[in-house]
Amino acid sequence: MRNMIVVYSDDKKLMLELLAKGRELADGLNKTLVGLSIGKSTSEREQDLIYYGADQVVSTGEDQDYVKAEEYSEILIKIINELSAEIVIIGNTKNGKEIAARTAGDMDTGCITDCSKLYLNENNEMMAERIVYGGNAVAVQSLTSSPKIYTMIPRVTDALPKDEQRKGEIIKKEVTPAVSPSKIIKVQEKKVEGANIEDAKIIIACGRGVKKKEDISLIKELADFLHGETIGCSRPISADLNWLSEDHWVGLSGHKVKPHIYVAVGISGQIQHLAGMRGSDVIVAFNKDPEAPIFKAADYGVVGDLYQALPLFIQKIKQKMG
Amino acid sequence: MDIIVCAKQVLDVAEIKIHPETKEPILSGVPRKISDIDKNAVEEAIKIKDKVGGKVTVITVGMPEAVENIKELLAMGADEGIVVKTQSQDYDVVSKLLMKAVEKLGTYDLILCGEASIDQFSGQMGPRIAGLLKIPQITYVKKLEVEKEKIRADRDTGDTIVTMESSYPVLITVTKEINEPRLPSLMQILAASNKPIQEWEGEELIKKVEDKTVIHKVTGITSERKNRIYQEENLEDSIEKVVDDLFKDGVVG
Repeated sequence: MRNMIVVYSDDKKLMLELLAKGRELADGLNKTLVGLSIGKSTSEREQDLIYYGADQVVSTGEDQDYVKAEEYSEILIKIINELSAEIVIIGNTKNGKEIAARTAGDMDTGCITDCSKLYLNENNEMMAERIVYGGNAVAVQSLTSSPKIYTMIPRVTDALPKDEQRKGEIIKKEVTPAVSPSKIIKVQEKKVEGANIEDAKIIIACGRGVKKKEDISLIKELADFLHGETIGCSRPISADLNWLSEDHWVGLSGHKVKPHIYVAVGISGQIQHLAGMRGSDVIVAFNKDPEAPIFKAADYGVVGDLYQALPLFIQKIKQKMG
Repeated sequence: MDIIVCAKQVLDVAEIKIHPETKEPILSGVPRKISDIDKNAVEEAIKIKDKVGGKVTVITVGMPEAVENIKELLAMGADEGIVVKTQSQDYDVVSKLLMKAVEKLGTYDLILCGEASIDQFSGQMGPRIAGLLKIPQITYVKKLEVEKEKIRADRDTGDTIVTMESSYPVLITVTKEINEPRLPSLMQILAASNKPIQEWEGEELIKKVEDKTVIHKVTGITSERKNRIYQEENLEDSIEKVVDDLFKDGVVG
């Protein structure tokens, strides 16, 4: 009988969300929830996993700071086999996704990545939802093999409140994976401006319509004027040109945002970008191309050059407000 | 250097419409193409070949019509194409077929994949194949440097850039940022018609395939938007009107 649910993420905040989701499923299925800690850890941190919902913590205490997929996947497989886990939920970070898929390949089992919902249906079967067709649709999927491996995106659920009365066992396991022929040479933290874009209520975002880096000041100006907490951008501005750090990137592989007002400036509206912002309450778009797909996704669309339109827009609002 | 690129034939997601009543995506009639990021993988393979010599083989698993799409990759500069025919789109099945096809080809130093396909975007294929072949993987690579004995790659994890090295064989998945895929010239397109494309039956590689993922329902995402467009002759008039409406609707003010 496969009786365990195992959760793991290399992202600390997401790990707590996985514990909350894992707790809900473990209670529904009457299974044991195991929080897995791979890599350097402290006893305080391990204890925290219990306080946030785990019945058991397995800590492999590998002396590694950074994730190498081959080795992490091997550790994960050993733990899954030893515990005979039925359900494995991994945090949907880049590292999490590659480990989940490799593990699934190696274990000859099914895996669903980027789950935006994980729940039990009326027959107590695990169901997962994920976005497909570049943001055009949501698919409900399930897996037929065991163990079932999922990766869950952030903010599917809130972490449980910390409960220091919760009791659970902490198990140390020595797992030494075979040394992979790959090597980590250098890790550079990217400069992150600390934009907490997923929480923003007003977002002004820019795309390739902005001709040079300095011109982002125009976008900032509008954001300041409308009391926007932060600015957003499409993929090229962040990933290609590095004009804004990754925490500003809105889209399918960037951040998914749901502000009250989303102003898209010079963004053509590729389907992958729309997937990141279509949850906004009101969408305003500025673009010089009347055929730009962003207009189909917008409530209000102004056709015109952003360099002229933005200053006029600010000026008219000022006039209106007296 | 023997380089294998795994490329997927996908639906052009930008062309998918949602049925107004059933709310299901309408997939029939949607054109198929090679997934965008897989073209970046092909481009990178050709660049490496141009630098150090070798052979680029492109494998796709899917429907027989994929032969047409593969021709474009041959025109870009790949040397040979292989189409493994199956009806299954299951990750587990397709990754095993790719693994079997790689094994059948025999020698390889480098396998390149896109980080994900534009239709499903699950990012499973590269890591699954690497796991099945028991070789190292370096994913989400935006910069690649090839040397004789080793490869050096910068992987983008979102908040860090991790520089990694590996000996061969190794599987690399690339992001869109790694390069700009070339557009083949007419001459190249014509010349590519002489390049070999092999068609293999999926059942010959794996006797019995079994999907592990069940798709219960696919619902189109539609958003009801006002779609008010302001396109006056004079931009100032457009701005005037939109600001009026934004105030009237209580969006600002």
